[in-house]
Order: sequence, then C-alpha cells, then structure tokens
Amino acid sequence: MLKDQDRIFTNLYGMHERNLAGAKARGHWDGTAGLIQKGRDWVIQTMKDSGLRGRGGAGFPTGLKWSFMPKESDGRPAYLVINADESEPGTCKDREIMRHDPHTLIEGALIASFAMNAHTCYIYLRGEYIREREALQAAIDECYDKGLLGKNAAGSGWDFDVFLHHGAGAYICGEETALIESLEGKKGMPRMKPPFPAGAGLYGCPTTVNNVESIAVVPTILRRGADWFASFGRQNNAGTKLFAISGHVNNPCVVEEAMSIGFEELIEKHCGGIRGGWDNLLAVIPGGSSVPCVRGENMRDAIMDFDYLRGELGSGLGTAAVIVMDKQTDIIKAIWRLSKFYKHESCGQCTPCREGTGWMMRVMDRLVKGEAELEEIDMLWDVTKQVEGHTICALGDAAAWPIQGLIKNFREEIEDRIKAQKTGRMGAMAAE
Amino acid sequence: MLRRLHHEQPDSFAFTPANQAWAEAQITKYPEGRQASAVIPLLWRAQEQEGWVTKPAIEHIADMLGMAYIRVLEVCSFYFMFQMQPTGSVANIQICGTTSCMICGAEDLVAVCQEKIAEKPHTLSADGKFTWEEVECLGACTNAPMAQIGKDYYEDLTVESFTKLLDDLAAGKDVIPGPQNGRYAAEPKSGLTSLTEFDSGKTQYNASVQLATDIKDGVKRIQGDEVPLLTPWVGKDGVVAGRAAADAPPKAPEAPKPAVKQAAEAKAAKPTAKEAEAPAAEENEPEVLKEARGGLPDDLKLLKGVGPKLEQTLNELGFFHFDQIADWTEAEVAWVDARLKFKGRIERDGWIEQAKRLQVGDETEFAKRAKEDGIYEDDAE
Repeated sequence: MLKDQDRIFTNLYGMHERNLAGAKARGHWDGTAGLIQKGRDWVIQTMKDSGLRGRGGAGFPTGLKWSFMPKESDGRPAYLVINADESEPGTCKDREIMRHDPHTLIEGALIASFAMNAHTCYIYLRGEYIREREALQAAIDECYDKGLLGKNAAGSGWDFDVFLHHGAGAYICGEETALIESLEGKKGMPRMKPPFPAGAGLYGCPTTVNNVESIAVVPTILRRGADWFASFGRQNNAGTKLFAISGHVNNPCVVEEAMSIGFEELIEKHCGGIRGGWDNLLAVIPGGSSVPCVRGENMRDAIMDFDYLRGELGSGLGTAAVIVMDKQTDIIKAIWRLSKFYKHESCGQCTPCREGTGWMMRVMDRLVKGEAELEEIDMLWDVTKQVEGHTICALGDAAAWPIQGLIKNFREEIEDRIKAQKTGRMGAMAAE
Repeated sequence: MLRRLHHEQPDSFAFTPANQAWAEAQITKYPEGRQASAVIPLLWRAQEQEGWVTKPAIEHIADMLGMAYIRVLEVCSFYFMFQMQPTGSVANIQICGTTSCMICGAEDLVAVCQEKIAEKPHTLSADGKFTWEEVECLGACTNAPMAQIGKDYYEDLTVESFTKLLDDLAAGKDVIPGPQNGRYAAEPKSGLTSLTEFDSGKTQYNASVQLATDIKDGVKRIQGDEVPLLTPWVGKDGVVAGRAAADAPPKAPEAPKPAVKQAAEAKAAKPTAKEAEAPAAEENEPEVLKEARGGLPDDLKLLKGVGPKLEQTLNELGFFHFDQIADWTEAEVAWVDARLKFKGRIERDGWIEQAKRLQVGDETEFAKRAKEDGIYEDDAE
C-alpha cells in the first residue's frame, strides 16, 4: 500500500488547513521559482521520464502532449486550458482537489504553462461545482495577493494569469475541442481535428488541454523526481492515481493509491469490502461510464492500470472511477441508465450519435422490461458498431461501449429476461 | 428534450448594481474582442438572480457582450443548467439520477419529489415553493445518492433525511449541506484508511459546507454582494500581466449583429452612403493628351486586364502611351479608377508595373502571349 509520505494530495479530504499557509506547510509552493529556472526542456523531459499518462481518461502521455506546443511563438499567445469539467458518471476525484487541495493545481498550472510558453491559463470548471469554484477562486485570489500569480509569478520571472471559467452542465464540454468552443462562448460542439488544439485551439492560438489531476501532480513530480513517480505502478503505467469508488461497496470513497494496485486490495483496504461479500459481486465498471463493464469474477484479480484493464479485460482505466455493482443490481437497467445519459448528453452534431444514442436507449428500454425479441440483441450490437467510430468526437464510442460490454458479459441475463417475459415465468429459476 | 423560451416572459431585465459589477469583472478575464466568452457565466448570474433565464435577460446579455440574440439563445438552450421556465420560489431540487446514484437509491428520492412536489419534473409545487428535476451525473458519486439544491450538494441521502430536508426548506429552516450521514467529505465512512499521519485536527466542515454555512446563500437569489469577484489579475496600472507578456491574441472576427439592429443601422447610415459616392479617396487628374503623340498610340491591350473596350475608354480619357500609365501616382490612379468604373482593377492587375516594363521595351508574359496568339486580332479591323 502507498505510504502517506508518498501521497501527493495530502489534504484530499479537506481535514487540514486549505489556505496557502496550510499548503506551504504540506510542502506545496516550495522552490517553485527554482523549478522554473531549470528551464522548459528540463520540465518537459522530466515529465516524459516520469511516465505520467493523462488522468482525464484517455491516458495520453502528458510530457509528450506538452512537447507538441510550438517552441517559438509565431506572434500568437499560447494557452493552457485545464479541463475541470468533471462529469463522467462515476468520476468525482477532481472535485476533491479543487475544493480541498487547490494549491497543487494552481502551482501546477504555473509550471505547466511556463513549459508550454503560455502566460495565461483558463480553468474550465463544471457549472454545478459552485462551492468548488468559490474555494478555488479564493485560493487564486490568495496567490495573487502573495505574488505567486500575476507579474513575475512566484519570483520566477514569468508573468502568469489564471482565470476561472465555468460551463453550465454539458458533459460534452469535457471533450477538449468542445471545451474550447464553450470557452469561446459558443455551444459546446466538438471541432474536427486537425487542426489539433496545439496548432489552433482557443481563439485560434496554440492550446493544450489537460485534466486537473494531470496538472496538479506536476509540481510534486518535479520536486521529488521522475524516478520517484515512475517507481509506482507497472511499466508504462507509472505513478499514483486518485481512485473514486462508488456503488455497492461498504465504504465508497475517493483515495489516492499507487497505479497497478490489485482490485481486491483496493476494495478491501479502503472500501471495507463488497456489500454482501465477494461472492455477491456482479459487475464492475472500472473506469467511469464510458468503459465496458467487467464480470465480477474476472475483476477480483484485476490489476488497476491502463494496460491490464484494456489488454486483459477489454475494458479500460479511464478516469479510475470504479462503479461496483452487487448481485441485487439490475445490470441491464444500470447500463440502460448510461444509455439515457449519453442520449441526453449527445450534442447533436453528428447524425450517427444524435440518432444512434436514441435508438440504443429505446432498444435498451425494451430489454430492461424483456419486451423484445432475441434477435434484437444482435441488432443492438449492430447499431453500437455503426455509431462507434463514425462521429467527430468519442462520445459516440463512449455510448456504444457500455452496451457492448453488457452484451458481451451478460447476454444470458438479457435472454433470460426476454424468455421470462414471453413465457410468463422465470427461465432458469423455474425448476427450483 | 425540447428547450425553448417560456410562453410567459417578464417585461424587462436588469442586473442588480452588484451583479452588474460582478459581470463587468467577469468580462476582464477574456482578451479584448473576446468578451463573448463570458456568456455562460453571465447567463448563470442572471439565473442566480432571477431563478431562471428570461428572454429579456438573454437580450440584455447579448447587448452587453455585442452578440446576436440568437447566439445567446442557442447557448442558453444548449446547456442544461439554464432553466428556461420559472422554478420554485424556494428552490429547484435536482436529483442526480445517473448509474452510481441510481444503484444507491436515487429512484427513491425521485419518488419523494413526485409525492411532495409534483408528479412531473419542471412543474411548480402547489405552494409554488419547489420544482424538481432529475439531472445527469453531478460528480459526487462516492457520496451517492445526492441532490443539488440551490448552490449546494446534499450527499449520502436516504428517503428519511431527504424528506426532512425538504420539510425544513419549506419551513424556512437553516439546513446544512454536505454528507447527511455524518461523513466529513469523500473519505471512507468507517474512518480514514489513508492520510492519517498528517492529522492536524479538522475544521468543523469540509470546504463546500464551510463556504455554504459562512456565506449562507444556499438557496438565496443572488444580489451580487455575497461573493464579490475581485480582479487581482488587473494590475494597478490596469494591465493584465500575462496578457501583456504574451503577444497580442489575434483579432476576433467582427461579431454579427441581430438583423433588427443591422436594419436600424443601415437606415441611420443611408445619408452617409450617398456621400460615399462622391470622391472617397484623394483624387488628382493626371496629365492627359488630346491625341497620341505623332498619331502612334501604344497598344494598351498588351496590358493584362485591358481589352478593346477599356482601351477605347482610356483613349477617350486621354491616355495613349505606356509611359503615361507608368507615371500615375496613387491619387491619379484613384481618379482614373473612378472613371473606369472597374473598382481596383488598376492595382489588382498591376497596370503600372506592366506599363513600366512595356514602356522600356520589356515583354511581359501576357503581352508575349497576346502577340503570339493574336488574341485581339478580331477587333483589330
């Protein structure tokens, strides 16, 4: 288990001083100017060496992403935009950073912006996080007051501003180009790529969009070294990670753990076990709503990192938002609810997604009740395949995968329900 | 879900003075010409003030930001946090219904709302105090099930605690947001399993609840003075340091104006349009000849852009030779241009450049081709 001194978010639960003095006492804002004076190349190289992969779901190497930004300005300013539009169902980790450990994020924003030649950073916060916005803004104000932001930020010689912006409840704005559109005051509809944001993003200027957690871990990595960070987790899955475990565990919680921790260890150590014991575990969605669910029996020995969940289980780590479902759960309905979510959140730009999410939800509707034909399962599978990969952004894929996961893992359950509806009695249970 | 303007709208909208100041401070966050970026925060402020977003509010904000009304309306209807119909006078109850909350009992909370408020979402309760709706994931999944009421999250709810909460709100009692089951924030309910080494004692509430109890604006209509928006980024000299340090952001494209306004402005601009027909640029009559020197005019058709018709016109104006054209000044070009009625062709086709070369006997690409192909031979009778 990760030791407390190796945890980055030492005020995750907000039990200690949340102001600047408290943050400094916990080691943040320590020698920030010194880190910056080591230069842009050093910062980016250290991030690459640390093996940090983006914490927003896709897991793209953060240092590599930063290196896509133009080295020399062509007259346009560069922007860092921090994606704090946390709305993937199951995910609630960034909220804890912003309200309880905001200084990790602000300091990270300064260093990351410097590394990308940006003097301005926008934090795009989801609109519903109103108290989190107030907490974060208070922390930003305090930093300005103490000279950590603004002209010659933190004595580093780098002029730097952080602006807090917020959305208004659109999941799609978590997609980086939709977020940029929204930040420009438009509907949050994703843009075609290329051009990628690093070439033309916010206001047509080079922009990098990073998740809150990816930025907030930066100062600590630079202070303690790439080797330290890389020492956690398996090869290619380095570091510590915030896990948010919700659903049917005895003690749902957000907790920072080393990557590649075993699922069983994670649940037993921090969540007090599965409700009703391990035999009662039905299914787990290991990475937020967009990844396929996994049958409980396969999950017990799972390793919680990008490569294992994708390679061995055909799922994904996503945002490490673990949704646990026990055997009292109606799994078809649980996935139907996600279909409803994606139908609600489709921005309406691409036809396969706009129409497909509705179709999928309506077929799921009938599967929940069992009022369907057996062939419709394959038909639904077909529809998911026609939505997947045929849209500008990944929302179409994200809507398709949970259903594919359901059909792959729980086909019998769906068939039983249809048969039971047809014959008026429970299929397998009838003999008992 | 169909979202459109409510059928009954108030006559006017104005921010309170404090909210107006807040809105103006918000606009300073964006580069010049990019004030449209502030549209979501401003709409949200209008909703916090009024309880929902009205048509006059949309128009007011569009005018403030120099945006077309339709652009603000489409933003308003796109984002689901904007209520486009009146909400309960006390609060709009938002139950998170997405999977994590659903499997932890959100449906029971919805049932409570249906029983105590109204059968259908977005419908006022009998006493007008509440409306309710089921919303998508609010991002507090480890504290499921939960609801947002006003600015605050009420987490770890049960049917009993939620029912009591609604009763207390209806009675105007103070309520404490945050976890309702004795938890502090998002830690395991049974006690800390990590971060025990740094124990420094804890404040009474987590950050969200602390702010809520300090500011006491949970379900209040916002006047603007509750949490003032400081603008520390604007330095004493009025300069935003980061923006000044960076190179100027590219100019925003001119914002389109609403059709009504365009029409009004076009009307107002009419007289000036007439004036514009009079000489716009400085004009100067160049030297002209009565006839070609020695009766031998140059073949002006060798200039790219001049055909037989134009050559005739030029002759009539008194131009017969390349050297005449080569000597035109800017003001003289304007004079000729105004008479040729081919706005800008002289510059576009580079007559002066061409004439300068032809005058000294150089060939231009076009002249060479024109001679070889004899493209003007038909007219040369």
